[in-house]
Amino acid sequence: MNKNLNVIVNGLIKENPTFVLLLGMCPTLATTSSAINGMSMGLATMFVLICSNAAISALKNLIPDMVRIPAFIVVIAAFVTVVEMVMNAYVPALAASLGIFIPLIVVNCIVLGRAEAFASKNNVLASALDGFGIGLGFTSALTLLGAIRELLGTGKIFSLSIYPENFGSLIFVLAPGAFIVLGYLIATFNKLQKK
Amino acid sequence: MAKLQSTFKNMFLSLFVISLVAAVLLAQVNKMTAGPIAAAKTLKLENAIKEVVPEFDNNPVEEAYKIPAPDGDSLLVYPAKKGDEIVGFAVNTYSNNGFSGNIQLMVGFDMEDKIVNYAVLSHSETPGLGSKMNEWFRNTAKPNQVVIGRNLSEGNLSVSKDGGQIDAITASTITSRAFLEAINRAYATYKASDIGSGATGDNQTNNKTGKGEKTNE
Repeated sequence: MNKNLNVIVNGLIKENPTFVLLLGMCPTLATTSSAINGMSMGLATMFVLICSNAAISALKNLIPDMVRIPAFIVVIAAFVTVVEMVMNAYVPALAASLGIFIPLIVVNCIVLGRAEAFASKNNVLASALDGFGIGLGFTSALTLLGAIRELLGTGKIFSLSIYPENFGSLIFVLAPGAFIVLGYLIATFNKLQKK
Repeated sequence: MAKLQSTFKNMFLSLFVISLVAAVLLAQVNKMTAGPIAAAKTLKLENAIKEVVPEFDNNPVEEAYKIPAPDGDSLLVYPAKKGDEIVGFAVNTYSNNGFSGNIQLMVGFDMEDKIVNYAVLSHSETPGLGSKMNEWFRNTAKPNQVVIGRNLSEGNLSVSKDGGQIDAITASTITSRAFLEAINRAYATYKASDIGSGATGDNQTNNKTGKGEKTNE
C-alpha cells in the first residue's frame, strides 16, 4: 500500500509533469486562461492517462516491441476521442472553450511518455495509480496556473469576483502572462523542493 | 506470459486487434453521444434565436431557410412568428476578417429593420480583448458602443476610427470591424432578399419565402 501511495506522490510532486518534467507545455500555456479551463483540461488529461496507462499495461505482453508506439497511439487516441465525444455531448460550453486542445491530448508527451516509461514495465494497478498521480499533478498545476492568471487578469477565481475587473492586468490572460506566471511557479516549486 | 516477438505476423495481428477493439469502442460511444450532441447544438441555436428576436411562438429552427447574400454566399434566416404574424428575423451571419479568423453571429432584426439583439455563436478572438464583443456592443452605459436598437436603413455601421458611429472595442479594432461587417452583411442580405425588401409593407407577413412578391406589387 505504501508503495502505491509513493507512486501517486511521485506523480504529484517529485515528477510533477508541469513543474519538474516540463512536459505538455502547449496545453499548459494555452488553456489556463481561467481556473476552470485549466482544471477541466487537467481532468480530461487525467482520465486519458489512467485509462491508457491501465490498458497499455494490460496489453504490454501482446504488443511486439517494434510496433509499440503505433499501438500506444491507437489506444490513447481511442480514449481521447471518447473524452471528446462525451464532453461535446454533456458539457458543450466547456468543450467549445477548450477547443482543439482536447483532441490534441493524443500527442501530449505526458501521456505517451508515461505509457513508454511506466505502463509498459509495470502491472495494471501501479500503472493506473501512476496515471492518477501524474494526472493529479498536471491538474493541480494547471488549476493553480489558471487561478493565478484569472485572478491577476480579471480579478476572479472560478468566476467568483475577488476584486473589480478594471484593476486586473490583461497581460496575464494573454499568452505572455502564461509564460511569466509559469516561470515564477516553476522557480517557487524548485525552491520549495530543495529544502 | 512471454512477450510476443516482433515477427511480421505478430505485429500485424496485434495492431489489427487493437485497432478493431478501439473502433468498436468508439462506435459504441459515438452511438451513445450522437443524440445528446445534436440536442446540445439545437439548444444552443434556439437559445441564440430566443435572445435576438422579439417573443415568438413558432419553431424558427424548423422554418429556417437560406437566402443568397450579395457576395455570392448564402445566409440562414430564422423567421420568428407570433401567431401568424412575423415579428422578426434572426440571421446567422459571419465574418472571415476577425483577428483570428471566422466569427459567427446571430443577429435579430425586427420589422422596422432595427437590431433587436445579437449573440456570438463562435469566434476565436483573443481572450480578454476581442472576446469582449459579446458584452461590449450591448453596454447601455456607453451609448456610443451599443449596436442594439440601431436602424441599418440609415446606412451601414462602422467604427468611429473609420468615420462611423460605433466605438470599437479598446485594442480590438480589427475584431470590431469584423463584428460590424458581419452585422452589415446580415442586414444587406436580409434587405436584398424579397422578405426584407417588402418588410415595410404589411401584406407579406404570411409569406414564408417571399419569392416573386415584389413583382406582384
